[in-house]
Amino acid sequence: MFNIFKNTFVKMIVALTAVSVVSGVSLVLVYNYSMPKIKVNIEREKNSAIKNIFPGAVKIEKTGKEEIFRVTDKTGKLLGYAFIAKGNGYQGEIKLIVGVDPEIAKMQGMEVIESQETPGLGAEIAGEKFREQFQGLSITHDVEYIKNRKPQQPYQIEAITGATISSRAVVNIINERIHEVRRILKGG
Amino acid sequence: MMIRDFLKGLWRENPIFVQVLGMCPTLAVTTKALFGLSMGMATTFVLVSSGIVVSAIRRFVPEQVRIPMFTVVIATFVTAADYFLKANFYQISKALGPYVPLIVVNCIILGRAEAFASKHGVFRSFLDALGMGVGFICALVILGAIREMLGSGTIFGYRIMWAGFTNWVVMVLPAGAFITLGFLVGIFNIIDKKVKEKKQGSGGPAK
Repeated sequence: MFNIFKNTFVKMIVALTAVSVVSGVSLVLVYNYSMPKIKVNIEREKNSAIKNIFPGAVKIEKTGKEEIFRVTDKTGKLLGYAFIAKGNGYQGEIKLIVGVDPEIAKMQGMEVIESQETPGLGAEIAGEKFREQFQGLSITHDVEYIKNRKPQQPYQIEAITGATISSRAVVNIINERIHEVRRILKGG
Repeated sequence: MMIRDFLKGLWRENPIFVQVLGMCPTLAVTTKALFGLSMGMATTFVLVSSGIVVSAIRRFVPEQVRIPMFTVVIATFVTAADYFLKANFYQISKALGPYVPLIVVNCIILGRAEAFASKHGVFRSFLDALGMGVGFICALVILGAIREMLGSGTIFGYRIMWAGFTNWVVMVLPAGAFITLGFLVGIFNIIDKKVKEKKQGSGGPAK
């Protein structure tokens, strides 16, 4: 009686250990194969977003400060800064790349690189029509959104109809991060 | 005889329309036909590989720990599929989001491992898993195509609705998934009934 119990007991441990070891080893192999590629994908996505914001961008270098990049053209002239901005949206995290001019007075544009907003509504924050409002937007004042009207001030954008929460989330994320970036870069 | 192991997943025991299993990815990712296809393929990969492995090791699996062992096997293949998609199809992987790792808890897979692969040989388990996978892919692509057509006016990204067509936003929202699935299951049952009636009719006097 005791022997049978002992046998199944040992068998269970041996079987589970064996399957776990094989699984672990195979996952290490898969991880080693795919991790470099995944890193390249993330890097490529970020660079192509920055190049969309700054059409003349040639060099994108880290400033050494967290997730802020210096963008220069082929003559070495500073076009502005690009940085990652993220925060909560309607359904999950929204991750943006924001571009500003060297004085941090105007936005160059923004690109959505991650969002789980409602398709057809909030997901339009990644659409051309919403994004192009940020080109040349004044950021000496906090960005504001208004509903169902054309913007009156240089720092205003029009929210997407039916997706105020997503629009507001984008505006808040940008405002918060711009304050932070200005503090870091200008030391103010 | 063996061909039946494959065919039953397509129609008679279709995982979506008949067994109504794996509803989470079915409803969540089918906003576009391409997502349905990618999800279906990832799931089929896991289904087939875990089916083969479970069947191959079935004699060494102690009865008491078979579920954890099958789960480890399945989770390994799911993680591999997830990394593979991230490395080679980054945009698709982003669109599918958390639903790729969630294949682990897709009950079709553990269901087939428990009901079929752990009791049959490798080749038959392979056919069974492949059939279920193809049945799953078909269902997801049909669902995704209908929702994409009505919700975005395209199928696989190609515009097929006329220019003035207003997108039915509801079709890309969760409600659209339930509505479409309901209609599809209904249509499936009607066809199935018709086919069975016909068979009975030809097989001698019915009742």
